[in-house]
Amino acid sequence: MAKLENREALEELRNSLKIATQEKSKRLISLCAGSGCSAYGTAKVHKALKAELTKHGLQDDVEIKLTGCHGFCEKGPILVIQPEGILYPQVKEDHIPNIVEETIKNGNLVQSLLFKDPASKKKISHEHDVPFYKLQKRIILGNNGLIDPTSIEDYISVGGYSALVKALFDMTPEEIIDQVKKSGLRGRGGGGFPTGIKWETCARHDGDRYVICNADEGDPGAYMDRSLLEGNPHSILEGMIIGAIAVGSHEGYVYVRHEYPLAVKNLLFALQSARRLGLLGENILGSGFSFDVHISRGGGAFVCGESTALMTSLEGKPGRPRAKYIHTVEKGFRESPSLLNNVETWANVPVIINNGADWYASIGTERSKGTKIFSLVGKVVNTGLVEVPMGTSLRAIIYDIGGGIPKKKKFKAVQTGGPSGGCIPEQFLDMGVDFDELKKVGSIMGSGGMIVMDQDTCMVDVARYFLDFLKEESCGQCTPCREGIKHMLQVLTDICAGNGKEGDIELLEEIGDVVAKASLCGLGASAPNPVLTTIRYFRNEYESHIRDKKCPAGVCKPLFYYEIDAEKCTGCTLCALKCPQQAISGEKKKVHHLDREKCIKCGICYDSCKFDAIVIK
Amino acid sequence: MENSEKIDWPKINQIIEKYNVNREALLMIMQDISDMYNYVPPEVIPVLVERLGVRKSLVYSVATFYKTISLEPRGKHIIKVCTGTACHVRGADKIMDALKEHLHIKEGETTDNLMFTLEAVRCIGCCASGPVMTVDQETHGGLDRATAVKIIEGHNKNVT
Ligand SMILES: Cc1cc2nc3c(=O)[nH]c(=O)nc-3n(C[C@H](O)[C@H](O)[C@H](O)COP(=O)(O)O)c2cc1C
Ligand code: FES
Repeated sequence: MAKLENREALEELRNSLKIATQEKSKRLISLCAGSGCSAYGTAKVHKALKAELTKHGLQDDVEIKLTGCHGFCEKGPILVIQPEGILYPQVKEDHIPNIVEETIKNGNLVQSLLFKDPASKKKISHEHDVPFYKLQKRIILGNNGLIDPTSIEDYISVGGYSALVKALFDMTPEEIIDQVKKSGLRGRGGGGFPTGIKWETCARHDGDRYVICNADEGDPGAYMDRSLLEGNPHSILEGMIIGAIAVGSHEGYVYVRHEYPLAVKNLLFALQSARRLGLLGENILGSGFSFDVHISRGGGAFVCGESTALMTSLEGKPGRPRAKYIHTVEKGFRESPSLLNNVETWANVPVIINNGADWYASIGTERSKGTKIFSLVGKVVNTGLVEVPMGTSLRAIIYDIGGGIPKKKKFKAVQTGGPSGGCIPEQFLDMGVDFDELKKVGSIMGSGGMIVMDQDTCMVDVARYFLDFLKEESCGQCTPCREGIKHMLQVLTDICAGNGKEGDIELLEEIGDVVAKASLCGLGASAPNPVLTTIRYFRNEYESHIRDKKCPAGVCKPLFYYEIDAEKCTGCTLCALKCPQQAISGEKKKVHHLDREKCIKCGICYDSCKFDAIVIK
Repeated sequence: MENSEKIDWPKINQIIEKYNVNREALLMIMQDISDMYNYVPPEVIPVLVERLGVRKSLVYSVATFYKTISLEPRGKHIIKVCTGTACHVRGADKIMDALKEHLHIKEGETTDNLMFTLEAVRCIGCCASGPVMTVDQETHGGLDRATAVKIIEGHNKNVT
């Protein structure tokens, strides 16, 4: 396709693409090829689907579209048949002949393959009726399931780059900044800093300004940035170009994790195709404005997500943060004014420019506008990516959309904000989630990771886990963070090993206070959060570990043992068969016995018993 | 030196050229070299120093700061068990334990036959499918002890 010389050429292309799709009006099968679904075998399903369509001579009448992440990752691979929106979850190769024969050829549903709602126990045939999707508001994530991320034409035909046209030809840079300010958009990367104000400050400082996208996504358990990069890279790119117009920049960078190869690939492809069409590079759409973007791959260091560390890393050095008495909007990458925003923040920009600040600001709460994508993971029935208006309650997210806790277990806490965040207990489930409410209960929004924990999660172990993570990731420059975290981790490790002492809790609080106040960067400043919130809300668990030498959740191995409840054991023999140590013995239909000497507490029996007869003591 | 003969110098040069001999791309150049050998052979370091015009200390500090770079040889297959939060609460430890027992190595080590290196990784963004691990470029989700071991056994069979 030739370079688009002006805005009219883009609109012409868009119209011709739309007409072409209408004319084709053929069946479309969209198959999720995001990382989650691919881990469950999308490639095999795709191959089988192609072969089966060819077998029936349907290869020209039915189009297969490999899309990015639909969000319903728990049930992957996800297959949706358009235009009806018929959803088949967890598709396997051997389901394909049935789906092609019945649904594609005969127009019938394959009942046995439909999604079964765990709550109502009913079969649901259409995507939009599934509670997981129905209760979301997908203004950012929605296009993921509709477009092929490697096709710029797909993005253009759903309205892509129309915000860019508006920003280039109908708005001044001041007007763009004004819209972003009025929209109330706040940074999605963690801090929630007002985006418009950041842009305004950056535009005020002279120099070669840089526009940077933070795609380091270091928070373990959060993957919305990955899914956006993989599934809709042009939306991020469009946002960045608009940002460049607003602050007057001609060079941009995307700093993306090396661990995200598909994201890098799709983004690279997007850059090339945008350049080819004249939407990126010299003289964009004949406007006289030039801007180009490069990709830089990070190397698996959490601290590189921090703004100053990221920019140092971009310069080819070890990514160590610096003190921020001069902000990066004034002196950042290459000592120049640098505008850094998170992936999801950038993806919000075209939506705001297209629909206007007032429309955007009508979504959400008073001080947190728009939607937020959460990665709902851990002990929850429907894990996946959930996009809801700011202010939606935790209960709605976890129970109505997420389907609650699996295996009838009890909810214990939800962790938000990753290693810098905290654990929120049941009493706050009705709280509306936004930047400020989360802060009130001692946690943070962070990048939107939401890890659900049930009765089998030990909160002391969770605190230990995060500190272990942070000890590894601390860059070691400043003493409070380097030594403080190490010391807190030692105390927690002792507690988990059964060597906790009276006074340990107070010691943790005291060190935590110093680490939070005296650390150089945000990593140390927020590092004590997981410890302090678990002490605040789950002090009794700490006390059981320290005083009674018991781990009530059955996680800290030295502090519990398994036993068979004679009342409940039916003698089904399943546990004895599965035990890798042959520690369980007993006759069929008779109460079994567990030999504590042989038991290594691997938990296989506990997980597999259908009668809850294995108990934690 | 036996090893330096094994190094594909034209390819190394190609990589450096691909990044326009830009010193800011040092990490990415090392990552690409690492993709070829599963580690950065020490012989290439002087070459990086010369071509990019950087100090040797910078090359070492970048190589040791970032987890994706190893200066020690690693196995033919790299197993990365995700120990991110979502996988952790779904039992990533058990997967790691099972593989350690199966391969008779500790986390971060390589088997004697240089077949497998076992590493922990903090989240690969497949959190909904946890616990997950990757073997080379392939991702496996929804693991338990038995399936994890089976996948590794499969790789062992493929090569012997
Ligand atoms: C230790 C640490 C890690 C961070 N990691 C990330 C990250 O992985 N992704 C991200 O977008 N922001 C991360 N941030 C926040 C960034 O410093 C920065 O505030 C953000 O990228 C700015 O973009 P935003 O205003 O759009 O949120 C991190 C901050 C700290 C202190
Ligand atoms: S926590 Fe394991 S993939 Fe994210």
